[in-house]
Amino acid sequence: MSRAAASNILDRPLGRSGGRGGSSSEGSAVSLSAFAYVYSELVQYHQGRAASISELERRLESAGYGVGLKVLELVAYRTKETKRETRLMSILHFVSSSVWKALFGKSADSLERSIDHADEFMIVDYEPITSTFVSVPPDLGQLSADAYVSGIIAGVLDGAGFSARVTAHSVNVEEGEYAKPQGGNVVTGLPARKDKAVFLVKFSQEVLARDAALER
Amino acid sequence: MGFLHLFIVNKSGGLILHRPLGQSAPRIGTNEWLRIGSTFHSLHAIAAEASPVKLPGNKNSAGADDGIEEIRGGGLILKCLQTRTGVKFVITAEPGTSDLDAVLREIYVLYSDCALKDPFYELEMPIRCELFTNAIDNLIEKVESGGFKTR
Repeated sequence: MSRAAASNILDRPLGRSGGRGGSSSEGSAVSLSAFAYVYSELVQYHQGRAASISELERRLESAGYGVGLKVLELVAYRTKETKRETRLMSILHFVSSSVWKALFGKSADSLERSIDHADEFMIVDYEPITSTFVSVPPDLGQLSADAYVSGIIAGVLDGAGFSARVTAHSVNVEEGEYAKPQGGNVVTGLPARKDKAVFLVKFSQEVLARDAALER
Repeated sequence: MGFLHLFIVNKSGGLILHRPLGQSAPRIGTNEWLRIGSTFHSLHAIAAEASPVKLPGNKNSAGADDGIEEIRGGGLILKCLQTRTGVKFVITAEPGTSDLDAVLREIYVLYSDCALKDPFYELEMPIRCELFTNAIDNLIEKVESGGFKTR
């Protein structure tokens, strides 16, 4: 097995070594189907070992946590950040744009702050790839198959020093809220989704206190 | 364009989906559907034996089992697509409906997307995936309005 001596493995695009997720602009792409099948097996594996819906979600979240820690290091290195983020808004922007682009090929559709709670933020994705082909049966009610992605976000935030509790929710899309591409999803040929994934990020008190102190 | 019904039979002959596709589709009870599904499955298997031309291994050119592909009646066209795995997609329509083969193939693609990639769908069990049924309705709508182009 030979490697070009000049090419450092960390400088090579993620896609070429067969990374997960959507296609990257450089290197080879991984098919969405391949990812969907692997992810489907991951969910089934955990479902067989979980006793309840919340336990299944927790298992998926911890599966994504490790990915988050590593993605933080990789993306920070690749974007040549010389300073690490210390402010709340900057780390959230980092997650919703750089991390999302590295994982899914596009930035998150929106980043919002909750009106009712000062410590809650929401990252919205209208077409998360983890639940593109998933139909949650009615007896599993509130389960979101995107719990894996909330685990990734939690990993990134914890690794950066902002401990937070992240949960995934499926929320109905209002009429006209999102300019859906004509004829539904162009990639899969499926009709446009009726729900979006909302990742609720709830920071712990020390993080908010620290951020407020830095404000002054 | 008069699509009537779609039904899907698994490899053991059990019905896993039945769906009316249009206004003119007659209402058929669930028990009746189960009978139709298993009857069709048996007839499909017998047809290969009864055929004057026997294909090697009873497999057609697509690698799937040989059997009934089309039934034309005075008021009905029935078309069947059997996959290599033994799943049969059967669609019925009024005479004069075109593109049935393309629609069947597209439904096969939708099955492999929405049912097979769904972690909550168990193979060979009745399909309860909302995404699949929505996608079929969407497809039929597109075909009827003439906006469907084969891949």
